[in-house]
Amino acid sequence: MAICEFLPRVFCRFPAISDSSIRDARKVIDDGFKGLVREYGSVIDIIVRPLQWFLNYLERLFTTSPWTVVLIIMLLIVYFGSRSIRITIGTAIGMIFIGIFGLWEDTMTTLAIVTVSTLIAIVIGLPIGILMARSDRIQGVINPVLDVMQTMPSFVYLIPVVVIFGIGKVPGLIAVVIYAVPPMIRLTNLGIRLVDKEVLEAADAFGSSPGQKLWNVQMPLALPTIMAGINQTIMMSLAMVVVASMVGVGGLGRNTLQAINNQFFTFGFLNGFALVAIAIIFDRTSQAFGKRLQRHSEVVHG
Amino acid sequence: MASHGIEIKGLYKIFGPNARQHVEAVRNGLSKAELNERYAHVLGLKDINISMPAGGITVVMGLSGSGKSTLIRHINRLIEPTYGEVIYDGVNICGMNERALRDFRRHKTAMVFQKFALLPHRTVIENTVYGLDIQGISRSESTKKGQYWIERVGLSGFENHYPNQLSGGMQQRVGLARALTNDADILLMDEAYSALDPLIRVDMQTVLLDLQAELKKTVVFITHDLDEALRLGDKITILRDGQVVQQGTGQEIVLSPADDYITAFVKEVNRGRVIQAKTVMKPFDGLTEGARIEATTTLEAAAKTMTESGQTKATITDEAGTPVGTLDLQTMIAAMVTPAGSDASKMAAE
Repeated sequence: MAICEFLPRVFCRFPAISDSSIRDARKVIDDGFKGLVREYGSVIDIIVRPLQWFLNYLERLFTTSPWTVVLIIMLLIVYFGSRSIRITIGTAIGMIFIGIFGLWEDTMTTLAIVTVSTLIAIVIGLPIGILMARSDRIQGVINPVLDVMQTMPSFVYLIPVVVIFGIGKVPGLIAVVIYAVPPMIRLTNLGIRLVDKEVLEAADAFGSSPGQKLWNVQMPLALPTIMAGINQTIMMSLAMVVVASMVGVGGLGRNTLQAINNQFFTFGFLNGFALVAIAIIFDRTSQAFGKRLQRHSEVVHG
Repeated sequence: MASHGIEIKGLYKIFGPNARQHVEAVRNGLSKAELNERYAHVLGLKDINISMPAGGITVVMGLSGSGKSTLIRHINRLIEPTYGEVIYDGVNICGMNERALRDFRRHKTAMVFQKFALLPHRTVIENTVYGLDIQGISRSESTKKGQYWIERVGLSGFENHYPNQLSGGMQQRVGLARALTNDADILLMDEAYSALDPLIRVDMQTVLLDLQAELKKTVVFITHDLDEALRLGDKITILRDGQVVQQGTGQEIVLSPADDYITAFVKEVNRGRVIQAKTVMKPFDGLTEGARIEATTTLEAAAKTMTESGQTKATITDEAGTPVGTLDLQTMIAAMVTPAGSDASKMAAE
């Protein structure tokens, strides 16, 4: 550019670190990381094994049980969760279509991984959310971490996951959990912080210990928000299952990946619709369940 | 259970990060406005000394911002004092450790809140036994007690309703039942009736007075309503800007208000309901004529008795029925309409 003729070079081209130094730094970090993983490989294995066992067990249970049994149990869960005939019938129709198009087994695999990852996300997210609500300092530390987790492209953290855990179902599961846990944490924190101050004061006035306050007042009153968090977590797991197929997770996600690679238009959309069906079933059921838990707040005295 | 009084001694509360170091300055006359302007600290309470009688209702009255809600929260230490003592049964509540304080709150105090502060996910009966839940008492036992108090506050049949299904007055009955089920000696009522409609408020005052006649708890009642204070209070303390302006019985306050501020308050009061016959009677002259009226009867009630029986004079008697004075209708009416600060206040001072 013309203007650059009158300016020192530094102001025109960004003075980047030289390629060779970047290459060296990268090598050091990558090698160090890989070395660390190699060294603690056996420890990581032991930690991951129960996950692997749980996931495999659930997947086998879902895929090997006769479809009739699975469908009936599923409909029962949906009905007793939502108490809504409409949602139950919708579930039946959705699942039957999935079966007709030959996607039953893949769907079961996906259901298994979503179930496991949601459970893990709740188990991890709930206590962290509670801790965050207890202290502004902890909130100040965790919030930026959650921001990074939510904005970092999901493809990027597949890389360390693969480096540490290799390729397979469990690394995929871990990636899904990392992706799905932030709303659980955030909404648990938010729900507890929004609890009416006067009710908390009443809990104190009657001599509650911190534990009693948590279980008698904070958790029950935060429940609607926490349920919204669980709902979000499920939705995000379903979205991430597709991406996680790149590191070896089976099910509907892998089919979608194949469809992209081979330009199978119809096959891709069928799998997509199956995922949508599952998502709607989960969403409606968990929302109806959450609403039912809040029945007491609906009947307002006029 | 024997009641104990509550002694508040030299209590200061300053809100702000370095509250303690300003106590001395406030004691030496630094005003609320100056403290706020110069040091960005807020003066909540200044040198409060109140002796709350055992088994009686002490009303703390003041307008919003007078520090009355701050004061009541010092009794169960929901707010930490900056300086001073709150003594109950020989123990300084402000010096208790966490465990002792929790025990004190569980067993000695119960509180009723302005906005009820009920647990929305619990039914009426479950709310009522909340205090006992916290004490670790089994549901089978606590439900029995809770049921009793639900009936006493007039909520039978609503045990399994949720608070949202009840009107404000009924919700506050639940609040009262919850506090009474705790079976604590101290009952703290923080503007408990301020959010209720006037008629329901009077209703709830009656409920409290009836229960108190039998229970004899040490009640601390916060209100901004002088009529409510006069109706309920065995003793009334008036707060303004975090300081006590006047303490005494309702009659003392109505008859001899300490300053213009209280005079302005008292002007609108129905004096006939506050002043007692003995305060304005003339010494007994040996003639028992007219209606017989007990010395502690209010003028309004006395006037009713006299007009109903067609008398213009009455003989005032003590509890035993011995005549102690006489009263005529004219004196009574004069006392009921005379503004405070005149003859009547001199009589009260005697």
